[in-house]
Amino acid sequence: MNIATRSLLEIQETTMLAASAVRRLFRRPTYINEMIQQMDVIGVGSLTIILLTGFFTGGVLALQTYPTLKYYGAQDQTGMLVATALVRELGPVLTGLMIAGRVGSAISAELGSMVVSQQIDAMRALGTDPVRKLVAPRLIALVITLPLLTLIADAVGIGGGWVVSTQIYGMSSTAFSSAVWQGLTTNDIFGGFIKTFVFALIIGTISCRQGLQTEGGTVGVGRSTTTAVVASSIVLIVSDFFITKMLQVILDTPM
Amino acid sequence: MASTDIEVPRESTLKPHPDGQVSDEAAESTFAEMDDHERAVPAIEFRNVHLSFDDRKILDNLSFKVQKGETKIILGGSGGGKSTTIKLVLGLLKPDEGKILVDGEDITNFNEAEMMRVRKNIGMIFQEGALFDSLSVYDNVAYRLHEQGVAEDEVEEEVRRMLRFVNLEDAIDKMPIELSGGMRRRVGIARALVGGPKIVLFDEPTAGLDPPTARTICELAIKLRDLEDVSSIFVTHEMNNVGYITSEYAVVNEAGEVVFEKEGERLCLINTKIMMLREGRTIFSGTDEALRKTEDPYITRFIRGH
Repeated sequence: MNIATRSLLEIQETTMLAASAVRRLFRRPTYINEMIQQMDVIGVGSLTIILLTGFFTGGVLALQTYPTLKYYGAQDQTGMLVATALVRELGPVLTGLMIAGRVGSAISAELGSMVVSQQIDAMRALGTDPVRKLVAPRLIALVITLPLLTLIADAVGIGGGWVVSTQIYGMSSTAFSSAVWQGLTTNDIFGGFIKTFVFALIIGTISCRQGLQTEGGTVGVGRSTTTAVVASSIVLIVSDFFITKMLQVILDTPM
Repeated sequence: MASTDIEVPRESTLKPHPDGQVSDEAAESTFAEMDDHERAVPAIEFRNVHLSFDDRKILDNLSFKVQKGETKIILGGSGGGKSTTIKLVLGLLKPDEGKILVDGEDITNFNEAEMMRVRKNIGMIFQEGALFDSLSVYDNVAYRLHEQGVAEDEVEEEVRRMLRFVNLEDAIDKMPIELSGGMRRRVGIARALVGGPKIVLFDEPTAGLDPPTARTICELAIKLRDLEDVSSIFVTHEMNNVGYITSEYAVVNEAGEVVFEKEGERLCLINTKIMMLREGRTIFSGTDEALRKTEDPYITRFIRGH
């Protein structure tokens, strides 16, 4: 099988897994406890890295843009630039990449280990559908928590930008805040949400698919985990480009 | 001889025979004579099953039957298709050709939802136990009942009963990581037996275990066969297991204890058959006596181990 056929097959299988997980959401039994548990692992568990990533990204954005804007006499717009860059782009993408690294790898490794130790077979033998029990709760947990984490990353990032602008460059707090409010629109926030929703599906389905198709023992688990993180990250970045373009057209944002 | 506390047997599957010899035909006729037509329907039946992975043939025209209450030992070297066979029974794999029937129902083309219904009546014991690492022994054994939404007091009662059956009630609160290999297998057996499945599949349950623990696992299989009227497939490559399962039977003595006795002049086992696979083909099917008499060089070498 050549690489093109293999890639197409992989896309088909991953899409079918996502569709099958969504279909199973509406059938009993529903695994609410598993979903809440996963939301805790994914959401609360990722909070520290998201706070750190968000804060320093916002900070470095202000650090880099303030001098450039000052060159054109537009340093008062630092808040606007930091906020729009974070809410439209950096917040969703960086949060997505961090979650792909932390959660995607964990999902793939966990499911992969369950495959090689025959726990998935045991689950099926005991009359449980692994897609319903394992895939659907993880997907839903990601779809719910990733937008929330992104929102936190955005807010903390703007906070980081504010700290740098006011404490390092001596900008007034009011000037920074008013530029933030001036720059942000509901479309920016809505667009960011759409992106995180798609990213959550990408991370969840690719990681679950890679985990469930693990073969070759513990070496295979390592391979699946690496593939899950790399594939999720690449697909996430590529899809970000197309979603951004699509949103520009649909929401009529500046091009 | 070993003894364990256990419930009274439902039905004996042992038949007296004057010379201790049992042919395939004799065993078949015993089942055929039964008035109950239900019992005459094989618990498991394979009809000309073929399976290949890419270009490699895994099963080649495999046909066999496991009658109700019968134990079929599937012998063979690694890669012979033994474990694949029982995965096919559970629908974890699908054959390329042929038919698979469980309790007379053709499950070959069943989808996953239909297979879930069939699997509820089948217990499967995996090679390494396949316990869920994140769940305690209690939760592992209770898994099927929790999934069915059974009340917790009933669940606890059933879990304790099953753990008593495998002599592991003390380990109820332990996590799988704290158990030895043999204990994990026994918890796996307890988990598979919850809900009283009438078909139990053993996938090399004694692989890598010390002889006394392996013997304990075989005793559990014997108890299921003789006291619980369970039909089973016991996949193994160890001749010690074959020796135990084909020559001993379990009965409940006057004190209510389960004891294991050797078949002999008084009783002989007719409900245990052996099938040997090599490269996905059946190279032997019959009783242990016939297996030991065979002159096939591969089989004799397999039996002797050299």
